[in-house]
Amino acid sequence: MGTAPLTLSSAAAPAGLAIDVSGITKRFGPKTVVNAVDLQVRRGEIYGFLGPNGSGKTTFIRMLCGLLTPDSGQGTCLGYDVLTQQAEIKRHVGYMTQRFSHYEDLSIRENLDFVARIYAVPARAAAVQRSLDRLGLARRSHQLAGQLSGGWKQRLALAACLIHEPQLLLLDEPTAGVDPKARREFWDEIHRLASEGLTVLITTHYMDEAERCHRLAYLAYGKLLTHGTVAEVVAASPLTTWIVTGPQLQAISAVLRGRPGVEQVVAFGNTLHVSGRDARQLEASLAAVQTSAHTWTLGKASLEDIFISLMDGAKDNFS
Amino acid sequence: MAPRIISHEVTITPHPRARLRSARAADVTRPAAAMRRFTLYRLWAIVLKEFIQMRRDRVTFGMMIGIPLLQLTLFGFAINSDPRHLPTALRIADHGPWARSLVAALRQSDYFAIVRETETEAEAAQLLQRGEVQFVINIPEDFSRRLLRGERPAVLVEADATDPAATGPAIAAARVLATNVFDRDLTGPLAHLRGQAGPVDFQIHALYNPENITQYNVVPGLMGVVLTMTMVIITALAITRERERGTMENLLATPVRPFEVMIGKILPYIAVGYIQVTLILLASHFFFHVPMVGSLLLVYGVSFLFIAANLAMGITFSTLAQNQLQAVQMAFFFFLPSILLSGFMFPFRGMPEWAQAIGSCLPLTHFLRIIRGILLKGNGPAEITSEMLPLLTFLAIAMAVGVKRYRQTLD
Repeated sequence: MGTAPLTLSSAAAPAGLAIDVSGITKRFGPKTVVNAVDLQVRRGEIYGFLGPNGSGKTTFIRMLCGLLTPDSGQGTCLGYDVLTQQAEIKRHVGYMTQRFSHYEDLSIRENLDFVARIYAVPARAAAVQRSLDRLGLARRSHQLAGQLSGGWKQRLALAACLIHEPQLLLLDEPTAGVDPKARREFWDEIHRLASEGLTVLITTHYMDEAERCHRLAYLAYGKLLTHGTVAEVVAASPLTTWIVTGPQLQAISAVLRGRPGVEQVVAFGNTLHVSGRDARQLEASLAAVQTSAHTWTLGKASLEDIFISLMDGAKDNFS
Repeated sequence: MAPRIISHEVTITPHPRARLRSARAADVTRPAAAMRRFTLYRLWAIVLKEFIQMRRDRVTFGMMIGIPLLQLTLFGFAINSDPRHLPTALRIADHGPWARSLVAALRQSDYFAIVRETETEAEAAQLLQRGEVQFVINIPEDFSRRLLRGERPAVLVEADATDPAATGPAIAAARVLATNVFDRDLTGPLAHLRGQAGPVDFQIHALYNPENITQYNVVPGLMGVVLTMTMVIITALAITRERERGTMENLLATPVRPFEVMIGKILPYIAVGYIQVTLILLASHFFFHVPMVGSLLLVYGVSFLFIAANLAMGITFSTLAQNQLQAVQMAFFFFLPSILLSGFMFPFRGMPEWAQAIGSCLPLTHFLRIIRGILLKGNGPAEITSEMLPLLTFLAIAMAVGVKRYRQTLD
C-alpha cells in the first residue's frame, strides 16, 4: 500500500492534471492484471487508452473511479486520493461501463431521472430535460431502454454519465458495436465536451478513434508500453514498414513469413505491408525475394502495426 | 438524429472448398431433404450441449439431487399426521389410587406427555394460552369416591384446538381410554361399574376453536406461507438481477452506499408484504369467518419483523447466487422446509425432535404461533415474547450475513 503521505501526493499534483497516478498495481489471485502503471492526463484532454482484450484497461479504469482499490501505487484523480477518497471521486466522475448497464425496463427519462436522484442533481427535472435535448433523446424519452438499438443505448449511457456534470469522463469501449455514423457523432460530442473543459479517458480498439485522441497510451499484459501523441508514438517506434504492390501477393507473403527481421506481413486490399523493428535485417530479407513484377516502397508504420509489434514484444518479455 | 444502419450490398461467393463439400453431400444424401428431416446427429448435438451446461451450473445440479433428497427426508421421516407425546399439564385434586392409575393410563397411551402439574386454574389457563402445553387434564377432588359410587365422575380435558389436526388423534385416544381404563381394576363385585359408557366421563373442552374448524388454523397460517414465498423470492432476485444484467457495476460507480441499496430494495417489498397481509386478513374475516380475538395492530407490528426477516434471507440468497435461476432455487430450498416443518401443513409436535429443531430455526414456525395466538387465543405482547426472540435473532443473523456478503462483492 502507498506509504507516501497523502498531503504530499495531493499537493504535488499539478493543477493541470486530472489524473496523476503512479505505480498502480492490481492482482487477482496470482495474476497481476495491472502492473505498475503510471499515467498523467491533463485537464480538458481526450486521452485514448488502447490495448488488446484482457490487457487490464477495464481494471485500471475501475481503480480510477473507485470501484476497485489498487493493491499498490498511489496518486490522485481530480485531486482526490485514489486509495482513500473514493467517495469524492465517484461524485465527480462519469463512468460509462463497457456493457450497457442501465435499466432495460425503465424508459430513457426514468433512467436519467434515477441517476440524477442518486447524484442529488439540483433542479433535477430541468437537468434531465437538458440532457435529453443535448443528446437528441427528447423524442424517445418514453421508450424503454431495452428496446433501443446499440447506438441509442450508447447515447443514453453517455447522457447518464454526464447528468451530474462530472469533471472527468471514463468511457470503457463506448463505441463497440456502434455503426460508423453514430460513432462519428459520438466523437464529435466528445470533442465538444472536451472543448468545454471536460477531461475524457476513453478505451477503444479502433485505430481511427485512437487518432482522434489528443494523446494515447497502449497497455498490454497489464503494462503501459507506450504513450504520447500519435506522432510521438509513431516517432518512438523502431518499426519499418514496406508496402508491396503487384501480382501474387499471397505467394510473396508466404515466402516472407518467418524470415529474419520480418515480424508482420499484413494484406491490405491489393497491397502487402511488411514490417519489422530491425530495418537492416528486414531489408536483407526483402532483397532476397524482390522481383521487378512488384513495386516496393518504404511506407510509414501505421498505429496498428506499431501496437501489434509492441504487443508481440511484450509477450516475449512476459513469457 | 438517428444513427442509420448502412447496409452494403455484398455478394458472397462461397469458398471453393465449401462448394466442393456441398457438391459431394448432394451426391450422397440430397441435402435439401436432410435439412428438413429429423436427424439424430442434430438431436444429439443439442443433448450433449444440455449436459455440458448442466454440469457447469453446479447449483442447479445440486438442486436436482438435493430437492429429492430433501423431500424424501421431510416426507419420509419428519412428517407424522398422528402426533404423540403432546405436552400436557395435570391439575389433580384427588391423589387416590384410582386417579393415579388414570394418570398412568394417560401416560401409557403415548399421546399425552405430562410435563407439568399445576394447582390453580389460572396457571393452567396461562399454559394453554402461551402454547406451552396442548392439554390440561383436570381430575376433580371427589374422583375416586364418585367412581366407586358409579356416578361416572367427569374428567375435564381442556385442549388447545387451534390446530385440530394436532389434538384430534389424542382426543380420540382419550375417549377410548375412558371406556376401558379401569377394565383390569373393576373386576368381581366392581365389574358392574364399567357400564356401557365407561366408568369415567371424559369431557373434552376444545378451546380457541371449539368447532375444530381447520380453516381457522390454516388461513392465518397462510399469511406466513405467502409472505415467506413471495418475500424471499422477490428479494433473492432483486440483487441477482442487477448483477446478471450488469446494472450493478453502474450502481457501484455512483456514490450510493451498500446499505442504501439494501434498505432501498427492501422497503418497497415491505409495502407489498403489508398489502398481502391485509388481503389475507380481509379474506379470513369475510370468507372464512376466522375469529380475530386479539389486536390487529399487534398482527401488523409482528408482520413487520417477519417480512423483514424473510427479505433479509432473500438478500442473503441473492448475494450467494450466481444468476436468477439459482436465486429462485435457493429460495425454494428454504421454502420447502418452511412449509413442511413449521407446523403449517403438519402438526409441529408430531415431528421427531431433529425435525422440530430445524423447524425452530425457521421464522415461519414462530410467526405461525404468534399469528394464531393473536387471532385465535387473543394473545397480547406478553404471551408472544418468547416467539418474538427467535424471529429477531433470525433477522439479525440474515441481515448481518447479507450486508457482509454484499460488501464483498464490491472488490
